[in-house]
Amino acid sequence: MMNFIKKIWAALKQPSAKYSLGALLVVGFVAGIIFWGGFNTAMEVSNTETFCISCHEMEENVYIEYKDTIHYSNRTGVRATCPDCHVPKDWVHKVARKIKASNELYHKAMGSVDTPEKFEAKRLKLARNVWRVMKETDSRECRNCHDYDSMDYVKQGRRAVQQHIKGFDGGETCIDCHKGIAHSLPAMYEVDPTAAMSAMADVEGK
Amino acid sequence: MNMRKALGLALLYGAALFTFGSGSVVADVQSLRGMQDIDSVSNPAVIQHWQEDKEPIQRDYVQQPPLVPHAIEGYKVNLKFNKCLTCHSWANYKKAKATKISQTHFEDREGEVLANVSARRYFCTQCHVPQVDASPLVENEFQPVQAITGQ
Repeated sequence: MMNFIKKIWAALKQPSAKYSLGALLVVGFVAGIIFWGGFNTAMEVSNTETFCISCHEMEENVYIEYKDTIHYSNRTGVRATCPDCHVPKDWVHKVARKIKASNELYHKAMGSVDTPEKFEAKRLKLARNVWRVMKETDSRECRNCHDYDSMDYVKQGRRAVQQHIKGFDGGETCIDCHKGIAHSLPAMYEVDPTAAMSAMADVEGK
Repeated sequence: MNMRKALGLALLYGAALFTFGSGSVVADVQSLRGMQDIDSVSNPAVIQHWQEDKEPIQRDYVQQPPLVPHAIEGYKVNLKFNKCLTCHSWANYKKAKATKISQTHFEDREGEVLANVSARRYFCTQCHVPQVDASPLVENEFQPVQAITGQ
């Protein structure tokens, strides 16, 4: 094994006999573009709704719930699909999330949620994971589209004006109140069903 | 004989043509389209919009389930989750500045008081409905009792 590595290293160290420096540079440059483009394309392909719902666990559970909501179909037709809410847009956080997504590949292979019953059993835990991440990032993905400072309170309804002003002044973030905006809330049998909006629901670890 | 038969048939034929051949009004049968010809285009119903969030609406009857003064599009009430109660439950109503669910909703059929909302009152929209800006079909001068209006 060591011999093999030594041979490779020796070959790499040697200056090129046949090819010019320019040719090597150009080939390297083009190969770099192809690699970088391919990497980004792969990342963007895995960043589409079509890709997400290619797993039946997603298509038969959360996608169906999402189709009833305002983010799927609304007056203006401006939508948010899976990556808009679940994958950060800036490069560093996006790549970090993509690396964490290997956990999802693992669970797909293990079939942790591949039946509706298994999914419901884990729904609370999965939901709390997402809520916790959103809370930690101050609902970064919501703020991809919704800018608090640009909200026109003249256009909002009575309850929205009341709750937004109170919430933001109280230092709350979008996800504190807008849970269940895209997917069904988990059944919280052991907790009061009205606890969706209370602080109890997403206490860490529970 | 032949002549009479032919005349009778001709009369029948003429009557049938007259009744069905005119193609428009059949006096004693009316479809849901109203008195409209089958070949004319009907006016589609105007799409009504839900009333915007507003203050609580005065009741017409003392025992009336209060109307919902805001839109409830997309609000789900199912076995797992009751969206209405996220604002109207006793635990949440103060924070949400909403009307709290009445104590009568905690009683079961025998009148026993339960610790949480009774199953027979859990599905809110069986009784409580939001409003649309539609004018009454029949003009009337109905007034609620003085106990409600104070007049």
